[in-house]
Amino acid sequence: MDYMKTRGRIFDIQRYSIHDGNGIRTIVFLKGCVLRCRWCCNPESQSFEIQTMMVQGKPKIIGEDITVEEVMETIEKDRPYYRRTRGGLTLSGGESLCQPEFARDLLRAAKAAGISTAMESMACASYDVIESILPYLDQYLMDIKHMNPQKHKEFTGKSNELMLENARKVAASGMTELSIRVPVIPTFNDSAEEIRAIAKFADSLPGVERIHLLPYHRLGQDKYEGLGRPYLMGDFLPPENEHMEALKQMVEAETSLVCQIGG
Amino acid sequence: MKKYNSTDIPKTDRITRLVDNLYAKMPEIESARAVLITQSYRETEGQPIIIRRAKAFEHILKNIPIIIREEELIVGSSTIAPRGCQTFPEYSYDWLEEEFDTVEHRSADPFYIAEQTKEELKEADAYWKGKTNFELATSYMAPEALSAMEHNMFTPGNYYYNGVGHVTVKYDEVMAIGFEGIAAKAQAELDSCSVGDANYATKSRFLQASIISCHAAIAYAQRYMVLAKQEADACKDPKRKEELLTIARNCARVPAKGATSFYEAMQSFWFVQQLLQMESSGHSISPGRFDQFLYPYYKADRDSGKLTREFAQELLDCFWVKLNDLNKCRDAASAEGFAGYSLFQNLIVGGQNEEGIDVTNDLSFMCIQASHHVFLPMPSLSIRVWNGSPHELLVKAAELTRTGIGLPAYYNDEVIIPSLMSRGLTLEEARNYNIIGCVEPQIYGKTNGWHDAAFFNMCRPLEMVFSNGMDKGEQISIQTGRIEDMKTFEEFYDAYKAQMKYQISLMVNADNAIDVAHGERVPLPFQSSMVDDCMKRGKTMEQGGAIHNFTGPQGFGIANVADSLYAIKKLVFEEKKLTLTDYKKVLALNYGKGFDQITASEMTVDIVKNLESQGKHVSETEIAKIIAGVMIAKPSAEEQKLCDDLAAWIDEIPKFGNDNDEVDAFARAAAYTYTKPLLEFHNPRGGQFQAGLYPVSANVPLGAQTGATPDGRLAHTPVADGVSPSAGKDTKGPTAAANSVSKLDHGIASNGTLFNQKFHPSALSGQNGLDNFVNLIRAYFDQKGSHMQFNVVDRATLLDAQAHPEQYAHLVVRVAGYSALFTTLSKSLQDDIIRRTEQGF
Repeated sequence: MDYMKTRGRIFDIQRYSIHDGNGIRTIVFLKGCVLRCRWCCNPESQSFEIQTMMVQGKPKIIGEDITVEEVMETIEKDRPYYRRTRGGLTLSGGESLCQPEFARDLLRAAKAAGISTAMESMACASYDVIESILPYLDQYLMDIKHMNPQKHKEFTGKSNELMLENARKVAASGMTELSIRVPVIPTFNDSAEEIRAIAKFADSLPGVERIHLLPYHRLGQDKYEGLGRPYLMGDFLPPENEHMEALKQMVEAETSLVCQIGG
Repeated sequence: MKKYNSTDIPKTDRITRLVDNLYAKMPEIESARAVLITQSYRETEGQPIIIRRAKAFEHILKNIPIIIREEELIVGSSTIAPRGCQTFPEYSYDWLEEEFDTVEHRSADPFYIAEQTKEELKEADAYWKGKTNFELATSYMAPEALSAMEHNMFTPGNYYYNGVGHVTVKYDEVMAIGFEGIAAKAQAELDSCSVGDANYATKSRFLQASIISCHAAIAYAQRYMVLAKQEADACKDPKRKEELLTIARNCARVPAKGATSFYEAMQSFWFVQQLLQMESSGHSISPGRFDQFLYPYYKADRDSGKLTREFAQELLDCFWVKLNDLNKCRDAASAEGFAGYSLFQNLIVGGQNEEGIDVTNDLSFMCIQASHHVFLPMPSLSIRVWNGSPHELLVKAAELTRTGIGLPAYYNDEVIIPSLMSRGLTLEEARNYNIIGCVEPQIYGKTNGWHDAAFFNMCRPLEMVFSNGMDKGEQISIQTGRIEDMKTFEEFYDAYKAQMKYQISLMVNADNAIDVAHGERVPLPFQSSMVDDCMKRGKTMEQGGAIHNFTGPQGFGIANVADSLYAIKKLVFEEKKLTLTDYKKVLALNYGKGFDQITASEMTVDIVKNLESQGKHVSETEIAKIIAGVMIAKPSAEEQKLCDDLAAWIDEIPKFGNDNDEVDAFARAAAYTYTKPLLEFHNPRGGQFQAGLYPVSANVPLGAQTGATPDGRLAHTPVADGVSPSAGKDTKGPTAAANSVSKLDHGIASNGTLFNQKFHPSALSGQNGLDNFVNLIRAYFDQKGSHMQFNVVDRATLLDAQAHPEQYAHLVVRVAGYSALFTTLSKSLQDDIIRRTEQGF
C-alpha cells in the first residue's frame, strides 16, 4: 500500500465541517494554488511554500508536510459521524490538483477505508490529472467563477477556458456527482446576467443538478494583515440577503437546477 | 397509517397572557405553610412521627390560602403570589432568618419577603429550634466528615437543609383509581395485618398516615371545586364562567376518583405534582414519562371525538405554565449552585416500552411543542434516543434546541438501560426508565434514588496530595507522603487515589447521617403512598420502603484532574522539566498571576493564627494591612520565570477534549477514581452508592473554593462542567470533544453523566443543519455517550444580555442539568457560560 506513504503539503485539517459536501465532513486543506483570486479567504493557501503568518499577535507556521497515512489517522476519528450523515473526507485548498498524486492517494485511501470523498476545486489542471482522480471521487464541488475569459483573468490571474473545458469533460465522464459552486463577489460576478450565464452553463452539463451560490465574506481579512499583504477587497460589503435570494430565485426559474445559498 | 401526527399546533393568546402574568413580579416568600405546620406539630407532640407528619399535611391542605389564577385551565397553586414559595422549617430555617434582609437583593434567585412574613416566620421558627432535620443529621456525622465539609471537600447541602424529592411517583395509579382507590389499598393492607405482626406498630401507623394523606389531598381539591363554583357564580364573561364550571366539575372528580377524560387526567396529575412539593421541600419531583402516562386518556378522547388536538395542546401548555408557578427559596450558597429558580421537574418523551418497542406518540411531539409555546425553564424537557427513535421526533427536538432555550436534553437508551440493569433493575424496568432532576435515570414508582446526594470536588483531593492532607493549617485528610519524596508518577497517582478514597468515605458518612435523619424526623406518608413497595413493607421511602434504593453523589472536575495528572506525568516524570516541589511552589504562587481576595484572606488567617499562637494580639487595622500586603506581594524574578515557563509548557501539551487517545485515557482512569470506590458503599435504606458525573451549576461556586490546579487553572476559577472538557480547552470542534467524552465509561456512572456543548445557531440552520445536528447526537450515542445537551446562542447576545438584563428577561440558557433564565444567574456563572467554547461556524 505504497499510496499510504505519499507525502504532500497541507495547511489545515478541519473537522466537523457541515457546509462542504454531504453530512459531517473533515476537510483537508492542501497548500498551493494556481489562481490568485482577489477575494480569496484563504490567502495562506496560495503559495506552496511554507510561510509564517501572524495569528492573534503570535507567529504561526503555515504548511506541514505529511503522509496520506498520517492524514488518515485524523480522518478516521470521525467515522461514526460520517456513517450517520453520509459524510466523509473533503479536499480543499488551495487547488488540490496542484498536488495531484497526494490528492489522488488521499482520496484513494479514504475510499479503501470505506469513507466517502469530495473535493472542492476549480478544475484548473490538465484533464489527465483530473481523470486519474475521478475513480476515487464521489462528489466534485467545482468552482466556476465567471463565464467571461477576460474578466476571469483580470480578477483571478488566469483565463477560464481550461476550467470550462474540464467541467464539460468531468460531467461527460459520469464518474462523479458534479455540482457547481459560485462565489458571489461584488463588482466581479454578482449581477443577475453574470450569475445567469454561469447557471445556464452549469445546466448544460449532463448530470449536474445543484448549484451553490456562496456569498462573499470578509473572514479572511485578518489573514492578509498576518501575511503582510494588502487586502484588496477592503471596501466591499457582503451581498445583501435579499440580493442572494433574488439570484437564487432567478436561477431556479430559468434553469432546471436546484440552487442553494451557502455550502 | 403513521403512528403519530407531528404537525405543529398554534399557540393560543391565553398562554401568552398566563406567562406574562406569571413573570410580572419578583417571586415572594409566604409564611402560611410554616405557620400551619408549626400549629399542627404543637398539637401532636408525643404522637408517632409518621402520624404527626400526616396530620400536619392535612392541617396545611385544609387551611392554606388557595387561588385560581386568571384564565387558568388547570388549577392548584401553592402560594397566592405567582412563582411564590412556602418555607419548610422542619428541615432547616436558620439560613433564611439570617438572609431575611438580603434575600431580596442577592444576585442568584432573589425573593421578595414582606416584613409581616418575616415576623410570622420568626414566630413559627422559634418552635423548631433543636427539632430540625438538619440538627439531627449533624449530630449523626463523624467529626472528620464535619471537618472535611468545613474545608469544602464536598457539599451534601441539598438534603442536609431540605427535603429529598428526586422521585417519580405512580402518577398513572392516581389517574386510574384516584386517592380514594389508593386509600382503599392502604386500608386493605391494614386489614390484612395481624396485631401480632412484628412490624405491626410501625406498619399500621404508616398505613393510617397514608390514608390521612390521601384524604387530605381529596379535601384540598374539594376546596378548589368550591372556589371555582363561587368564581363562576360571580363571573360575567360566559366563556370564562363555563371554564370555571368545568374546573369545578374536574376538581369534584379528581384526584378523589379515577379520571374519565384527558382534561381530568391532567388536573389529577397536576394535584399530585403540586402536593408532593407541599409535603416536602425536595426538588426534582419529576413527571417522568408524561407522554406515556397521558396517552391512553388522549387517545380515548380523540377516538370518541371528545377532544381536539388544539385543546389538548392548550391544556399541555397550561400544565407547562403551572410547572413554572412552583418555586423554592434556597440559601444563598445553594442558590448559586442551583441557580435559575429551578425545581428540575424532569419530563421525558419518546423511547421504548417495557418490551423494547418504540412508543413515540402524538403527545411526544405535543410536549416538545408545549416547550416551544411557553418557552420557560420548566419542565426540564428530556428526550430518549435509541436506534428505533423516529428521525422526525429528533428533528422536532432539534428545532427546539435551535431556539437557544437549552431544551431538550438527549439521553441514550443504549447506555442507560444496561447501566440500570447492572444496578439490579430488571430488563423491563430498565427499558421503562425516566430521568430525575438533571440527568439521573431510574424506574418510576419503585425507586428512592437519593440522586443528588452531594457535590464532590475531585480537584480538592489533588490539592491534598500536594499538602499531604493539610488544609489551612489543619490536618483534615490522610497523609500520603511528602510530595518532595515522590520518585515516580505511580507514587503520585496512588497518593491521589488514596486521598480520593478517604474523602469519598467521609462523604458517605455525611450522606448516611442525613439519610438516617430523614427516616427518623421527616418521613413522607403522602409521597410514600405512591411508591412501591412502601405499603407492603409498611415503611416510608425514607425508611427503606422503596424497591430500589440508591445514593448518588456527583463528582466533577474530571477534565481538570485528567489534564493535571497528564501534565504532571509528562512534564515532571517524562520530560523532567521541573520537580514536583517546583510544581507545588507554582501552584502556591497561583502561576504568578497574583492572589485574589480569597487567597489573600486565607493566607492572612494563617499568618494571624501563627502570630496569635505566639501570644501576639492582632488588631483589625493590622489584619487589613496584612491582607493588602499579601495582595500586592510579587514572586521573585526567578519564581516568576518558573511560573511563566510552566504555564507555557502546560499550554503546549494536549488537553482532554481534543480526541487525543493518551490524555483521554487519563480522563477515563481519573473518573474511575471516583466511580469505582463509591460502589463499595451502602446506605441505611439497604441500597448501594452509585456515582453521577455532573455538576448542576456548582462547578462555579465550588471552583471558587479550589486553589490553582496543575492543569494551569488559576485559583478560585470555575472547574470543568460535568464530563465536558475544561472551558476553552477543546479546540478541535464538536466531534473531537464528543469523541473524547465518549471515551469515558458512562455506564459505570449509573447516576448519570452530563455533557454540555454550545452551538452557534447557524450550525443548525436549514433542514440540513437539523439533520446533521441530530446525527451528531446519534454518532456520539453510537460511541456510548449517555447524555448530551446544548446551548445554542451567540456570544454577542450573551454579552448584550449581561449589559442589558432588562431586555433579556426571557433569555433561557442551558446551565447544567437544566435551563435557566440567563439574567437571573450570578455574574460569575454568566461569565462561565460565555467563556465555554463556542462550537460551530
